[in-house]
Amino acid sequence: MPTSRWLPYLLIAPASVFLAVFFAVPLVQTIVLSFDGGPAGLWGNYQRMLGDLNFNVSLRNTFMLVLTVVPLQMMLAIGMGLMLQKMQRGREVVLWIWTIPLGVSDLAAGLVWLAILQNTGYLNTFLFHLGVIDGPTAWLNSETPMTLFIAVVVAEIWRSTAVVLVIIVAGLQLIPKEFGEAADIFGASAWQKLTRVTLPMLKPSLQSALILRTVLAFEVFAAVYAIGGRNIPVLVGEAYVWQRENQNYSVAAAYAVLIMVISLAATAVYLRLLRQKPEAQA
Amino acid sequence: MTKPAGSSFKGWLYGSGVAVLCVWVLLPIGLIGLGAFGGRPAVYQWPKTLMPASLSLDQLAVFLKIDGVWNAALNSVLAASMTMVMALLLGAPAGYALARFSFRGATMFRLMILLTRAFPLAILALPLTVLFIRAGLYDTAFGVSLVHTALALPFAAMITASLFAGIPRELEEAAWVFGCTRWQAFVKVVLPLALPGMAAAAIFAFVISWNEVFAASVLTVQQRTLTAYLLTVLSESPLHYRFAGGFILIVPSVVFIFAVRRYLFALWGVTSR
Repeated sequence: MPTSRWLPYLLIAPASVFLAVFFAVPLVQTIVLSFDGGPAGLWGNYQRMLGDLNFNVSLRNTFMLVLTVVPLQMMLAIGMGLMLQKMQRGREVVLWIWTIPLGVSDLAAGLVWLAILQNTGYLNTFLFHLGVIDGPTAWLNSETPMTLFIAVVVAEIWRSTAVVLVIIVAGLQLIPKEFGEAADIFGASAWQKLTRVTLPMLKPSLQSALILRTVLAFEVFAAVYAIGGRNIPVLVGEAYVWQRENQNYSVAAAYAVLIMVISLAATAVYLRLLRQKPEAQA
Repeated sequence: MTKPAGSSFKGWLYGSGVAVLCVWVLLPIGLIGLGAFGGRPAVYQWPKTLMPASLSLDQLAVFLKIDGVWNAALNSVLAASMTMVMALLLGAPAGYALARFSFRGATMFRLMILLTRAFPLAILALPLTVLFIRAGLYDTAFGVSLVHTALALPFAAMITASLFAGIPRELEEAAWVFGCTRWQAFVKVVLPLALPGMAAAAIFAFVISWNEVFAASVLTVQQRTLTAYLLTVLSESPLHYRFAGGFILIVPSVVFIFAVRRYLFALWGVTSR
């Protein structure tokens, strides 16, 4: 058919054009805007960003959140995936329950944990009945940065582990049963099977999950804001403040570029660390 | 690992692990539900009882009557519906092309789709503000849905690609033999088979838009979506309103995810590599 040579291009054209307009153009615009420092020169916006009182704190908070949340949720999701694999009855139901948070936004997740952790919340009631505290206690203000941080970590793990779980379950299903059986025949322990067979075979899934979650974790914002307000500044939150409250789009763009550079660097690190041999790829 | 979980201590440990994790997921949603239906008295009750006395639908209705809430919810539904339609209209043809043709540039296109994931896409809404003001798209549900479509489109293309790849090519070829054009064959043979999966892709797009906070907040002032509205009133609204808002955000997307749970794995399985 003569049409079939052009047909695929015709079919991908709308999507390509759309992504070019709403992905490539704003990308370039953000970069241009961030270097448009006016009288302050090319790096003016970046200098303002670096000199911002909240910059160092927000950078540190963001990194600490990513470095705490992502490893913990990877381990949790792998554990959950292995539990599901072993399960004989009720696997469907359990899988459904465990993937419910997929539908929960970061803002809603923050509000959920605010309901539990607020002064007269459920956690405090529980601690009160245990005799640990005498009355309503505040955990989420600037005086308690440690518990505030833990609260955000808990909310993020609660919400975003589900997507890692789905990726891992999909990956586990692709591992042929024979590999595990062979390991059994050679007398491998459960731990050996996990570290020598399952995890290496799961590498592509782990890579996908790590990239996806790390990029999203660097974007963390609404959950933090819902739980701690501005008591725990993060990078995206600062970009939002510069854009909305200070009406300074250029410094906001500098923040956006920084977040993008960090995300891309993290992706590159994962691609390199978890490199697959070409023949192992599907 | 080989032995099925039996009545041993190990089996008990395993069973309770599963149960604890189920509670870990479900309990918080239940608790924000109590916060939403309990209203002010339940939020400030101390110490809390398992069932607040003030539990009633009225409390949630009060929240919905606040000026702006209903409008925000409507905007969210509008933006999410438009995102759903656009993501599918743009994504499904691309998915079909990836599944059925091998053409120069296919790998490039696939890579571009994957590349979008390495970028914090929502943040790209920042410079769009200026562009949108000029184009008259600023502060409209349609403007928000354009950015959300950029978020959802890669997913829609990937789900539909794996969907179409799963429908045997021979079925289509048989239709051509019987004199159908490519389009007729697609509409009469492929589309009915792909419809449930495409509905799932559409619902994913809806949920992505419904839940998105950052771009929606940056691109609206009056015509806020529900997430943007909640974010801006967060610091000044009383706790029970926040919980009601959070609960209303959660319910539809959880129901939707339940409806499409079978397709979750098509999204993250082989094709996502």
